[in-house]
Amino acid sequence: MGILDYANPTRVMRFSRAVKPWVGGLGAIVLAAGLYEAFVTAPADYQQGETIRIMYLHVPMAWLAMFAYALMALSAIGTLVFKHPMADVSAKAMAPLGAVFTAICLITGSLWGKPMWNTWWVWDARLTSVLILFLVYLGIIALWQAIEEPIKAGKITAIITLIGAINLPIIKFSVDWWYTLHQPASVFRVDGPTIYPAMLYPLLICAVGFALLFFFAHLVAMENEMKRRRVRAMQMRAARRTTPLPTTRPAEGAA
Amino acid sequence: MSEQAGPFRALVARDLRLSLRVGGGALTGVLFFLAVITTVPFGVGPDLNLLARIGPAIMWIAALLATLIGLERLFQSDRDDGALDLLRLTDAPLSSFIIAKVVAHWLGASLPLVLATPVLSLLLALEPLAIAALTATLLVGTPALSFLGAVGAALAVTLRRGALLMAVIILPFSIPVLIFGVAATRAAVTEPDPFWPPFALLGAVSLIYAVVGTVGAAAAIRINDG
Amino acid sequence: MWRGTHLTLNALAVIRGERPLIGGLSVDLSGGDAVALVGPNGSGKTSLLRVLAGLAEPAAGTISLQVDGVSADTPRAAMVHLGGHLDGLKGALTVAENLAFWVRYFGAGPGALSAPDALETLGIGHALNLPAAVLSQGQKRRVALARLLVAPRPVWLLDEPTAALDVASAARFTELVEAHRSQGGIVVAATHAPLALQTLKTLDLATYPPRGPDSEPGEAEGLATALSGDEYWLEGRSA
Repeated sequence: MGILDYANPTRVMRFSRAVKPWVGGLGAIVLAAGLYEAFVTAPADYQQGETIRIMYLHVPMAWLAMFAYALMALSAIGTLVFKHPMADVSAKAMAPLGAVFTAICLITGSLWGKPMWNTWWVWDARLTSVLILFLVYLGIIALWQAIEEPIKAGKITAIITLIGAINLPIIKFSVDWWYTLHQPASVFRVDGPTIYPAMLYPLLICAVGFALLFFFAHLVAMENEMKRRRVRAMQMRAARRTTPLPTTRPAEGAA
Repeated sequence: MSEQAGPFRALVARDLRLSLRVGGGALTGVLFFLAVITTVPFGVGPDLNLLARIGPAIMWIAALLATLIGLERLFQSDRDDGALDLLRLTDAPLSSFIIAKVVAHWLGASLPLVLATPVLSLLLALEPLAIAALTATLLVGTPALSFLGAVGAALAVTLRRGALLMAVIILPFSIPVLIFGVAATRAAVTEPDPFWPPFALLGAVSLIYAVVGTVGAAAAIRINDG
Repeated sequence: MWRGTHLTLNALAVIRGERPLIGGLSVDLSGGDAVALVGPNGSGKTSLLRVLAGLAEPAAGTISLQVDGVSADTPRAAMVHLGGHLDGLKGALTVAENLAFWVRYFGAGPGALSAPDALETLGIGHALNLPAAVLSQGQKRRVALARLLVAPRPVWLLDEPTAALDVASAARFTELVEAHRSQGGIVVAATHAPLALQTLKTLDLATYPPRGPDSEPGEAEGLATALSGDEYWLEGRSA
């Protein structure tokens, strides 16, 4: 079995319990440092003023939303190709996290856009792509909820996740294309090509902090999912226990 | 060669025949198309200039909905009467079965829609060049929607009452088809914009979705028995 | 008609969804054999037939089907007929159209009866040009059985084949099964009703439980232990 053998539920659980506090603790420290830098040390933008600080939330969320989808797609390959039970536990734990990152990204984008564009929403190419990613996340979560059997749900969702992984770049490309076609008069580019180091470092520290927090949450969610599955396995076992019928009445009915 | 084509053609012919029989509903898609196009002016007003401007978008959205809604039972009817299992008892790969089903559905439901487009476009005051471009984009783009819908239809086999969920999952993936289809139509009548780049992209998306849809639908059908 | 038909199941395990059904099933069948699958509800009769047909994968073990003159690469699905609870008929098509489709789809092959002859054999020749929708349940079942005659295949996998049939039709069905066996075919039928077949083997699925009896959870094992224990297992996975 090789490396897959290391990923049995018992080992993952043990690993998760050992690693979780460290990941969480480190994440909290890095994030605190990052947010301090972002909200206290980092300079305000000469044009946008203090609102630039939303960037330290908004951009890492956008990165993590995509990162989570990439990991989910990897898990989907694990489910479909290696048929590994831990792969769909991982994928299932990932979906709500990705959706939350995407939602925060959209909300912060909207808050950031309000003073810039004087409206809560613009059909900007980036925001629109993130909105579609959000829709895909929600669809995948709904799919997880719709199928009762966890294994079947895992496989079906893995297929949709992979189709999404193939399609999201196509969607991104088409939305960018669509946006340039309908280019409005002049939209202020909120995140231009250059960024000052004084802003970049806090941004990267925040991103690392949020990523650690994400791994922590993912471990917690995986543990919960494993427990949920264990309960279900127990119930399936309990249902299989056969109670012998009274011998006087033969069993009847269709198979 | 004919050995291979035999089952494929037999299935396409059977599905086409079924769609034309009582309860097949081959033309319901066209009726839905007509109904949507008739409804929109009541929402946006009878301004012909406005309708001509948004006409291609309306037609494309109507086609998108007609295709996705019409495809819901692509595999379910065969599953309900037990034919789905029997259809899998061949040496042909499952993907050829999927393609045959989609081709039959496209011929029976989407092609009539494309053919009706020139007539229905008149209701939205489209000019001849726009009508030609719209018909061409629908002809090239609807296969993409059919193959995408096939994935949803295969999910519906597992989900039973999953029609709405299926639309939620499939609609975001159909955005590129909509973008390039409408853009190409608009470009045909708007002077500086070239028609061919979006049209070629639409064709490319159709090809990609044909592959993705076939593989995805086959996998989803197989999982139903996992 | 068929020579050297061999259907071998080796240490077969069947899981449906999350439910392990059958374990350690090894059987060797050759041309002329008929097997009645018996067992209580939920013992996996239908699931086993679907696995044998190649529609679902076995959780463990192997199945091999060999027929002389048929390439070893031919998938099992192309060498078997499956007769399930559902008849697979399209009500909007006539009986003749239904059968003609299956002949084109499956290929007629040697020894095939024409559709009218097959229907005549099953006593519903009159239905040839009627829409399948107007037939009774028993008549539909007989049309479904006619499919086995218009596109012959060496292995018949039948799920409650006589369920909707009257006594006379069931007797005719028995004759057809015997004819199929005499031509070197194999029949595996899940059934509650006794089949009046010669030298019928009986396979009781209750004797092939998915696991040993000691794997049953003890009474004390409940949800509380499920949550606190250190050993996690996920049902329904093949190793």
